[in-house]
Amino acid sequence: MKLLSGQRPTGIETDPERRRFLTLGAALGASALAGDTARAAESYPPTDAPWSQMLGPGVVDKPYGEPSEFVKDVIRRNVPWLTATPESSVSFTPLQNQTGIITPNGLFFERYHAGRANVDPAQHKLMIHGLVERPIILSMQDIQRFPSLSRIHFIECPANGGMEWRAAQLNSLQFTHGMVSCAEWTGVKLSTLLEEVGLKKEAKWALVEGADAAHLARSLPVEKLLDDCIVAYGQNGEALRPEQGFPVRLIVPGWQGNVNIKWLRRIQIGDQPWFTREETSKYTELMADGSVRGFTWLIYAKSVITFPCPEKPLKEPGIYEIRGLAWSGKGKIKAVDISTDGGVTWERAQLEQPVLSKALTRFTLEWRWDGKPALLQSRAVDETGFVQPTIAQLRAARGVNGVYNNNSIQTWQVKPDGSVFDVQLA
Amino acid sequence: MSSSRKFAATLLLGIVAASTCVLAGERPAGYFGYGRVATEAEVAGWAISVRPDGQGLPPGEGTVNQGADAYTEQCSACHGTFGEGAERYPKLVGGSIKGDRPEPSVGSYWPFATTLFDYINGAMPFPAPHQLSADQVYAITAYILNLNNIVGSDFVANRETLPKVKMPYRDRFIWKDPRPDTKNTECMNDCADPASVRIESTAEGKELTPRTTGPLDDMKPK
Repeated sequence: MKLLSGQRPTGIETDPERRRFLTLGAALGASALAGDTARAAESYPPTDAPWSQMLGPGVVDKPYGEPSEFVKDVIRRNVPWLTATPESSVSFTPLQNQTGIITPNGLFFERYHAGRANVDPAQHKLMIHGLVERPIILSMQDIQRFPSLSRIHFIECPANGGMEWRAAQLNSLQFTHGMVSCAEWTGVKLSTLLEEVGLKKEAKWALVEGADAAHLARSLPVEKLLDDCIVAYGQNGEALRPEQGFPVRLIVPGWQGNVNIKWLRRIQIGDQPWFTREETSKYTELMADGSVRGFTWLIYAKSVITFPCPEKPLKEPGIYEIRGLAWSGKGKIKAVDISTDGGVTWERAQLEQPVLSKALTRFTLEWRWDGKPALLQSRAVDETGFVQPTIAQLRAARGVNGVYNNNSIQTWQVKPDGSVFDVQLA
Repeated sequence: MSSSRKFAATLLLGIVAASTCVLAGERPAGYFGYGRVATEAEVAGWAISVRPDGQGLPPGEGTVNQGADAYTEQCSACHGTFGEGAERYPKLVGGSIKGDRPEPSVGSYWPFATTLFDYINGAMPFPAPHQLSADQVYAITAYILNLNNIVGSDFVANRETLPKVKMPYRDRFIWKDPRPDTKNTECMNDCADPASVRIESTAEGKELTPRTTGPLDDMKPK
């Protein structure tokens, strides 16, 4: 059968298998009305499930795969009251459903300053200029021809937890911690590109700029760029998603999200910072004494229990595996400790492999819940020995107006009915 | 200079550069030779970023009065007629950093006037950015600075005057990260008096949290 482009093969609609599938589907719908109990009984042996007695769709039924229809609630979500427009806003990763250290590409949190740029890779260019011997313009083909590497790193917006400085506000793991995600990034080391242009000896700072409508730009020290930064075009085995800066973005391992410039179009080398809007008016921290901290790029050690959490309460007393994620911009996670009594006693959790530098790290601990009220906390320690602080310690050091870099220990209150709430301790 | 001598000079420069800049293990500039060298016009076309010392500011100028007109046309719908903000868009004028609910604005917070030019030029107006002329951007910058009583009504913004504007809050910025500023320990037992463990705040019942099941929650009253 010859088909014109875009035309659906009409044969599908009259296909006998398809008709049988539809009929069974209708039957299933009817049986659902019979009630949960009856259905639950039907799902145990010796009953065969309907999908065990019917042919499934064939290959390329979905040429680009997607999650099961039964997990359609697992999506990025936003807080409508948080920002003036969705184009300059953020969405949150459903960490309550993340099963490993890698965030699926479709669930990686979004942060736009002027919407998601739709960039044609054939047109996109990266220009590197300023205090260099040889200013160059690279196409995507040029960038992909350089020696490549892959690294697994988290990206966290420093505003993650920013709504919780004054008090516990959002009863949800997704909204208190979902501005962190982790992926395998593939690209070229930025140091390779900087060698290619030849840095002049006065080169100390670089301005990195996106091709989005915000022309989002940040100043970064050249030392960091030469250390471990990546000009990335790959994300978890495929091209970067548009949400993550397709066709090319900067990865600045362990540093706050917004310096990982998406849709990267320009790197200007200079001898001093530019003090752009995003490093003066925003992404600076107002302290209690009225001073303001700028250039606080580094993400300090942080962790959170992802089960149980407000979205994933406990069902009944018994044995559970407490699960969570920890990360540090300074390197590897050395240890995570867990308290179930609000920080009086702590027990060391098990770290799941792989434990990678500047990547999400999974931790677990077996816990027997006796059905009594509990206050769950996790406390990360990184390889430099830095210990994740309490919110009280952070407030004592900085006040409550800093917005950014809240890496405090999260407390989940477990009630006798198993429900879980976001709380803060005195 | 003849083209061959020019080439020889460039080559010599390249060798000198290579011998002075290349550290052990590094490749010389142009080792791969991918892409092509950017021309001055190409660099000038994209290099829009402006520094506090004025580097990057283009020719042109604008007065406060010109800015009032351009602002009304381009900016007031979101930022209010006098920079007071509209709906949830940022206010540009006034407010105080002191007190329980600080209001950071251009006047109360922004440390450099050059940043204002740079941001308006690159990112504004929000729905159609980077389309104003340099004169328009200078004028709007002058107007917003004047609304904040930082410059007089006779101020003319240009590449000479903007770097000289002293922003009120500039000296309170610290550009060196003072962290770590907390000293928690790996205490494992008797880390707190159990009687002192008390819930100070809870998100329960605050109704600020969107649903995390079902379709996206617009949080509008049903």
